[in-house]
Amino acid sequence: MEGVLALLVGLVFAAAIYLMLSGVLVRFVFGFALASNAVNLLIFTAGRLAHDRPPLISVGQEVLSEPAANALPQALILTAIVIGFAMLTFLLVLLYRTYAETGTLNADDPRLMDEMQEDDTRGTHPPERGAA
Amino acid sequence: MASAKTDPHASGTARIGLYSSLLPLGLLIGLFYCWPAVAAGKVISVSYPWMPSLDLYLSFRLDGLSLLFGLIICGAGVLVTLYSAGYMAGHPQTGRYFFFLHSFMLSMLGIVTADNLLLLFVCWEGTTVFSYLLIGFDHESGKARDNARQALLVTGAGGLALLIGILLLKLAGGSYTISHWMDGGGTIRAHSLYPFILITVLLGAFTKSAQFPFHFWLPNAMSAPTPISAFLHAATMVKAGIYLLMRFHPLLGGTTAWMCTLVIVGGLTAVWSALQAFGPLDLKRVLAFTTTMALGMMTMFLGGQSAPVLTAAATFLLVHALYKAALFLAVGIIDHETGTRQLDRLGGLGRGMPLTALAVAAAACSMAGFPLFFGFIGKEIMYAGALAEDMFPQFATVAAVLANALMTAVAAVVLLGPFAGRRPSALPAVHDPSWTMWLGPVILGMLGIVFGVNPEWVSAYIIQPAVWAFHPAREEVLLTLFHGFNMPLLLSAVTLSLGALFYGVRRPLGRMITSIAERLPLSAGGSYDTGLYWFLKGAKGITRRLQNGSLHSYMTIILLVLVAAVAWPWMQRGVLTHPWPNLGDHFAAIGVVLVIGAATLVVLAAKNRLMAIGGLGAVGTGVALIFLMFGAPDIALTQLLIETLTLIIVSLVLLRLPPLEAAKKRRAYRRVMDGALALGAGWVMASLLMGVLQHPLDRSLTAFFEGHSYLAAHGRNIVNVILVDFRALDTFGEITVVVLAAWAGVALIRKTKEPS
Repeated sequence: MEGVLALLVGLVFAAAIYLMLSGVLVRFVFGFALASNAVNLLIFTAGRLAHDRPPLISVGQEVLSEPAANALPQALILTAIVIGFAMLTFLLVLLYRTYAETGTLNADDPRLMDEMQEDDTRGTHPPERGAA
Repeated sequence: MASAKTDPHASGTARIGLYSSLLPLGLLIGLFYCWPAVAAGKVISVSYPWMPSLDLYLSFRLDGLSLLFGLIICGAGVLVTLYSAGYMAGHPQTGRYFFFLHSFMLSMLGIVTADNLLLLFVCWEGTTVFSYLLIGFDHESGKARDNARQALLVTGAGGLALLIGILLLKLAGGSYTISHWMDGGGTIRAHSLYPFILITVLLGAFTKSAQFPFHFWLPNAMSAPTPISAFLHAATMVKAGIYLLMRFHPLLGGTTAWMCTLVIVGGLTAVWSALQAFGPLDLKRVLAFTTTMALGMMTMFLGGQSAPVLTAAATFLLVHALYKAALFLAVGIIDHETGTRQLDRLGGLGRGMPLTALAVAAAACSMAGFPLFFGFIGKEIMYAGALAEDMFPQFATVAAVLANALMTAVAAVVLLGPFAGRRPSALPAVHDPSWTMWLGPVILGMLGIVFGVNPEWVSAYIIQPAVWAFHPAREEVLLTLFHGFNMPLLLSAVTLSLGALFYGVRRPLGRMITSIAERLPLSAGGSYDTGLYWFLKGAKGITRRLQNGSLHSYMTIILLVLVAAVAWPWMQRGVLTHPWPNLGDHFAAIGVVLVIGAATLVVLAAKNRLMAIGGLGAVGTGVALIFLMFGAPDIALTQLLIETLTLIIVSLVLLRLPPLEAAKKRRAYRRVMDGALALGAGWVMASLLMGVLQHPLDRSLTAFFEGHSYLAAHGRNIVNVILVDFRALDTFGEITVVVLAAWAGVALIRKTKEPS
């Protein structure tokens, strides 16, 4: 089953990247959401899917005795899901503000590109003859 | 400058100067205390570990050579500090000035006493940095800043070359401990890395000591305050390169490459700089050119092997430090009292400032090499040394005679120009400055005479210990007042007559040299300017190309690197396979996977917002189902909750954004390129996961949590216990991220237009 999920992770991730490269910032957000899911699946699969029993210690026992799903990746993914959600929300609000300020959500629009500082070579002289 | 006396800062400056001269004075007294023992051949050393794993020790060592340099550094340090007390009077930033000055002095002392090569390098860089700060001390002048940067770039680049040389030396089996070098040179000189070590070390020494073709920074460094020029650019820092050559002499010297390079570069630098000294009218620039000349002579002599040649280098070092520092300080006095250092505006100052004139006369006579002055001894031994060069003795002799004759003429210019003749009417009446200022040049000038009539004492107590420190053969060194009627004496006579001739034709000669220098197809200073210009232009071009503000190109670069970096090693390992699952066992799971795949394609192809949102929801829910099926109900629950929230928020925001239909489509070729890149990235992730799956799982961490969850933390849900107990700090960080994102989001939403 892990092999199938590995292929699925590759597919979802490729789709996410394709959307993020599109230059349309709304699609970038969709790609971002897909990538979060792909990465969570990747962590989950890397921890193996050998058992479908949740990692819970039965009442009356002190340690987990019978085989159960891997608890460690689950803890990591729980954190990742929440953080991914926070980032996605922030991204959306940023998009909203960007559109309100500039009127465009096309990443290649000059209004959204950083402007290079003009002429940092001030203070150095063009080649000139002089003190040898 | 004349109003300095009424300035409220003035007395403060004088006090800072007087008090802080106690530092070099104390060091000087310490050196005096050690002097007899060191002159007798004893070596004083201390060592503390700094980073022993890197062979880096705080080890200092005082032998004859260190003593010679130390005396020059501390002696000049005392005089220059006192002098500065008067010269800088009234300047608002004297604290900064004296701090830089003394930091520089300590770095310089560190260079000449360090016994560990890495420690030497640290101090070496210290002098580079502090000299940069001192040259650019007048930081409101653009010219001073440019000159400081030039000195920093040239000597800094040389410092890096030296560092490479140091590391190569270690690689070639050499020791970082300088005192081990006296007998270990053979293996290094035979090593295949020797040429590279030699080139890099010489680059370090030549840039620092302003040797051709790096000679151009030194005259430009004259924008420093004059006492700084006297201290750094006459007596100490530029000699650091000479010191380096002396220290490396037993280790790297003696080969044909060493001898040829030093003799030719040194000779060329000496003659060319001496000629150029006739060009400028600014006295400081004149002196700067003569300094490069002197450094060239020392370099030339260090090319030799025998005692007379090395003695010539060490003796001239002392001769030059004495007269050059005196002259620089005197020029500073002239500038301070008259407001100008232009030769054509000066004249007849001798009557008004007799003490200064006396000091300059003594120094200039030493520079010209008249008998009874120390310069004469220096010149005699130089000719003896030049004749004894192992490589190109004729070239060395001619270069030495020419350079010395030119020096004699320049000495006459420096002495007669400002002090003799009639005072121009534009020049105000002048007088000698306060004692702190005239003390330095007078003492230095007088020392030139004292040493000149006691050469035996100087050679026994200063020069011989210094030469023996880098001359393993330890041949006897003796300076005498009169060597008899021999070749050097004849050459001295030739020099003086040639000097008189050069003085006679100084003006046409100066004009000729200036015009030649201007017409040279490739001047070193010009190459520096051009190089810096194109370097900055190139850097700007690259920055503009890489940081062009386009999201697409940033992502493309990152992904290309990712694919290349991850794909390459995986390709080496061959095709990855994984057993095909038993479809019957995971019937439901396969179905969910298919749903997720289909939903992904829907998002990919979505033409409107609704479709995309629906697809996203399906993918998220599908992933939650996978979690649920494989024993992770907690994250499935979280995922569903978050997915719902995401959908609500995405829908809310998207309503206020332009519809997808309005977006421009990518051009076909870009779709293909992006698609290929996306497939590559997906393939990387899939094969990475496949690769991980091929290795057995390490469950030791999981086993720890399974074993301790209840016993240590009293929780039965292991995932929860990990989050809130074992890894609670991680969860705290996660909460912080959420809060920060929410905070920033609220700020972005609430931002209202600023009132106009």
